[in-house]
Amino acid sequence: MSIGHTLLGLLESGPRHGYDLKRAFDAKFGHDRPLHYGQVYSTMSRLLKNGLVEVDGIEAGDGPERKRYAITEAGVTDVQQWLATPEKPEPYLQSTLYTKVVLALLTHRDASGILDTQRSEHLRMMRILTDRKRKGDLADQLICDHALFHLEADLRWLELTAARLGKLAEAVTR
Amino acid sequence: MTARQWSRDLAMGTKFAFTGGREGWIRVLLTGVGVGLGVALLLLTTAIPSAMQARSDREYSRTDLRMSSEVIPKADNTVLVGNVGSDFRGQDVRGRELEPEGLRAPLPPGLSEFPAPGEMFVSPALRKLLDSPDGKLLRERIPYRDTGTIGSIGLIGPAELAFYAGTDGLAARIGDSPVNRLDTFQGVDAPSEEMDPVLLLLVLVVFVVLLMPVGVFIAAAVRFGGERRDRRLAALRLVGADGRMTRRIAAGEALAGALLGLLFGTVFFLLGRQIAGTVELFGISVFPSYLDPTPALAALIALAVPAAAVAVTLFALRGVVIEPLGVVRTARPARRRLWWRLLLPLGGLALLAPMIGKGSENGDFNAYMVTGGVVLLLVGVTALLPWVVEAVVARLNSGPVSWQLAVRRLQLSSGTAARMVNGIAVAVAGAIAMQMLFAGVESDYTRATGQDVSRAQMEVTVPARIPLAKAAEELGATPGVRGTTAISSGTLGERRTDPERTATVTVGDCDALREVARLSSCRDGDVFAVRHAEYDTDTARLAKARTLYLDPGYSDSEKGAEVAWTVPRDLRKADTREDPTGWERGGFLITPGALPAKAAPAVTGLVYLRLDPSAPDAREHVLNIAARMDPYTQPMFYAASEQSGRFTSIRTGLFVGAACVLALIGASLLVSQLEQLRERRKLLSALVAFGTRRRTLSLSVLWQTAIPVALGLLLASAVGLTLGAVLLKMTGTSVAVDWPGVLSMAGIGAAVVLAVTALSVPPLLRLMRPDGLRTE
Amino acid sequence: MTPAGSLLAAHDLHKAYGPTHALDGAGFSIHPGEIVAVMGPSGSGKSTLLHCLAGIVTPDSGSITYNGLEMATMNDSRRSALRRSEFGFVFQFGQLVPELTCVENVALPLRLNGTSRKEAERTALTWMERLEVDDLAAKRPGEVSGGQGQRVAVARSLVTGPRVLFADEPTGALDSLNGERVMELLTDAARSTNAAVVLVTHETRVAAYSDREVVVRDGRSRDMERVV
Repeated sequence: MSIGHTLLGLLESGPRHGYDLKRAFDAKFGHDRPLHYGQVYSTMSRLLKNGLVEVDGIEAGDGPERKRYAITEAGVTDVQQWLATPEKPEPYLQSTLYTKVVLALLTHRDASGILDTQRSEHLRMMRILTDRKRKGDLADQLICDHALFHLEADLRWLELTAARLGKLAEAVTR
Repeated sequence: MTARQWSRDLAMGTKFAFTGGREGWIRVLLTGVGVGLGVALLLLTTAIPSAMQARSDREYSRTDLRMSSEVIPKADNTVLVGNVGSDFRGQDVRGRELEPEGLRAPLPPGLSEFPAPGEMFVSPALRKLLDSPDGKLLRERIPYRDTGTIGSIGLIGPAELAFYAGTDGLAARIGDSPVNRLDTFQGVDAPSEEMDPVLLLLVLVVFVVLLMPVGVFIAAAVRFGGERRDRRLAALRLVGADGRMTRRIAAGEALAGALLGLLFGTVFFLLGRQIAGTVELFGISVFPSYLDPTPALAALIALAVPAAAVAVTLFALRGVVIEPLGVVRTARPARRRLWWRLLLPLGGLALLAPMIGKGSENGDFNAYMVTGGVVLLLVGVTALLPWVVEAVVARLNSGPVSWQLAVRRLQLSSGTAARMVNGIAVAVAGAIAMQMLFAGVESDYTRATGQDVSRAQMEVTVPARIPLAKAAEELGATPGVRGTTAISSGTLGERRTDPERTATVTVGDCDALREVARLSSCRDGDVFAVRHAEYDTDTARLAKARTLYLDPGYSDSEKGAEVAWTVPRDLRKADTREDPTGWERGGFLITPGALPAKAAPAVTGLVYLRLDPSAPDAREHVLNIAARMDPYTQPMFYAASEQSGRFTSIRTGLFVGAACVLALIGASLLVSQLEQLRERRKLLSALVAFGTRRRTLSLSVLWQTAIPVALGLLLASAVGLTLGAVLLKMTGTSVAVDWPGVLSMAGIGAAVVLAVTALSVPPLLRLMRPDGLRTE
Repeated sequence: MTPAGSLLAAHDLHKAYGPTHALDGAGFSIHPGEIVAVMGPSGSGKSTLLHCLAGIVTPDSGSITYNGLEMATMNDSRRSALRRSEFGFVFQFGQLVPELTCVENVALPLRLNGTSRKEAERTALTWMERLEVDDLAAKRPGEVSGGQGQRVAVARSLVTGPRVLFADEPTGALDSLNGERVMELLTDAARSTNAAVVLVTHETRVAAYSDREVVVRDGRSRDMERVV
């Protein structure tokens, strides 16, 4: 995830202090990993250098300096470009799980056991996410759904693989 | 829209009907069979009048009765015909003895030459009977040699038992026996027998009553599988057909079923015709060729059935919107209006009303008005029933779950339910009216014979040349005969010729005389004068005379025996009593000892026979002995009452017809019931899953049919009773409700429904198995 | 064998439909208030397992105990009575009687148990409120959407206060949003009444509403919680 573009996007709604930016980021996107303030500081100075933001004002006070940042024309264009550029789809062509299954088959271990255990683990995670989703707000629901759909995709692959274990065993042990 | 568009869409629908895969085929086949059964019944009905005409034509081309009593003189072109017909186990055997009197003697139809004396030509059916072990008894009575076959042109039906035998010396018997001299067998101007207007009315109404349900049934049959068809129509809309096109395509599908039905109907009819040639119904058998539908009527059927199929489909789809994604019944169908539905039966009554009372004046009924009136009344049933069902079902509410399920279903589709029972309702309404009419006019057409069947069951006339006592003895020894009463009767007059006063004379021993009068005491040699007999005015006067003459002669007729008889001094008195034939004899009773020997030929001998009811062939044995004594003797059987033969056959016809129609309707009820169940397979399984008792679901199926049927029967009874009352008024008979008739007809209708429910419960139970829950 | 404290337990179930062995030694157990997902590829026998557990189908061999009672030896009418009073059912589709209104549909199981119509429909209405479909009470199933219909079906399955709720692909015919709403309402209601739920599904996102899952494959079941 590009933190620079995210912070730029957050500035579009109006000028903010660096600390405000961190809080807004954490609330919306940083559920699992809150941003370090240092990260915000370094990112903002890079954006400043590139002319994508400007300093709107400085409030004197103790502790860290309280600069207020505002987005520039060029910054808006940059956010626009970033949003319009499609993300490269993740191919997931080499996954640990696949490796484990093939290895199990090659060593004549119980591959379906591995799959079942993995599914169980996935489901455990999905239950947590589902529970959080039910108790959370819309943002929670959206982020949880995102994760749930990915996990579901993994599980679908698991189901399919489970159904094809016989064929796979033939192919890898030949 | 053009005719081309129409024909194109209809043709497309027809094509769809046959290319719909296995399911489509089954549906078309079902419709075809249903319509076919109806068509066959229609064809058969239109053929009945011509079959009856053909029979009576043949009958008239072999007439051997002469209307005038005058005997034509013997000539080169005359033939003597004697009636030696008999009765074998309740079947008529038509038998004639023939004696040609010249080279140009007319041959009866069906014969190629006259049989030689002692030989006979027989009908195929009679030959079969005579050759079978069953015919052994009959064989004794027909002592001729079988030398030829009567052609079918000489028979009125394939099952007719008939023979022509050759004989000689018949001329001597002209006059005293059923022997006639003929110069032609062609009856005088084969008259279309004037039918009693009341009988004609009955026939008309029976036809209407039987044909109406067939029409209703055909209408139902073209709609078999309607729900599946709807889905197919939706698919057609999806690929771009507009609403009107789909309607026409649907009509085309129905048309296909109807055309197939015509084809099936023709085949069924031809099959039925052949079968009709081999069976005998109500003593009537017809040659298949007789069953020839009137061409105009057959053409009418060929046109009307497909046209009706198209019309019914278009009519049925009028409240249906076919959308690309499914069929939508217009959310809440317009409430059914009552007024025009009431108009139909009222119109029917209005047509019938002017004819009230005409039957007693022997006036003619206007056939069109009668038919129109009855049809309107019965159509009124089909129009009123949906309204009644809707109105009543909307008010039904509380009750057990099975009841609730059924009622809700009916509320949602009361029209379907009403349609299903319409056929039954019409049949029952018509049949109830018929029943009433029959019961009402029955007394007119059933004659009490007054015969006392407990005292004697047969009567045999003994020819003069055989001594009565000997004949009585021989008959008494016949197996199955319990007892005999032998009496002779004759006439006594006060003068030798042309007497003015006459009385019956009855000769017999004391036991025999007690059968005809009350005697205080009796010895051989006694003579009694009978008092108080009905219609007897002369006995008392004659008893005062000295000499009377037995069998007096008449100057304008042949000479009598004219035996003088002296009235004895000690003439005793006796009171009359009904004899076994129900007749109160008057006149004189003479014991054999008091009868001069020379008087014997002046009286005719008669033997009453009491038969053992457990010996079924007793009467056949008696007939054989009687035939041996004289082939022209015609023994009589006694019955407590006899009905006009034609009346009986109309009534039987109605019953058989009603049974066929109800069976037909039962079949269509079953088909739609099963179709409905199949469509609800998943739902039924789900209901069972959450613990619904099988009983509850079976009961709801029963209610679902029973409620509309009960309403239908109620309405049918009301209309039927009204119609019956009007018809009775028309014939001038007092109106009485024939409750057993009403109940039995209602019962038959209910039985059909119960049978249908009973037959749909096993598939219901099968559908309720959890397999239906398995996801596809 | 039977885990202690379980409400419904099955052991070594066998069931064959003709030559196919739908169940081949499957087992199962559930505690009061527990939600167990039965998962597995289609044709694995999960629906058959549910039908056996619910007493709709009798297994060829094996034992099923409900509340300490052996179901395999019960006759059909006793099993039917059990289903009426102790169990609730939700299916994928085809379960609402089309000619009855929604509230009549919900009241149906109570009516089958002999409750008076008024009483049954009053109870039905409170359940419809809980599932947020009380405004559909007078509508017929044909007039409501799939998700609404399924919620009506859930209300019906809960109206008798069942101790076990059997749900066979309850969201199978719904989109994911409607499906999730149905699952939320279903599990909330089940938890509030402490009903056990046997949830047959092939969707993991639906299975995620369960407490644990049992995997059925080739007619044999595998209880993941107890394996790990």
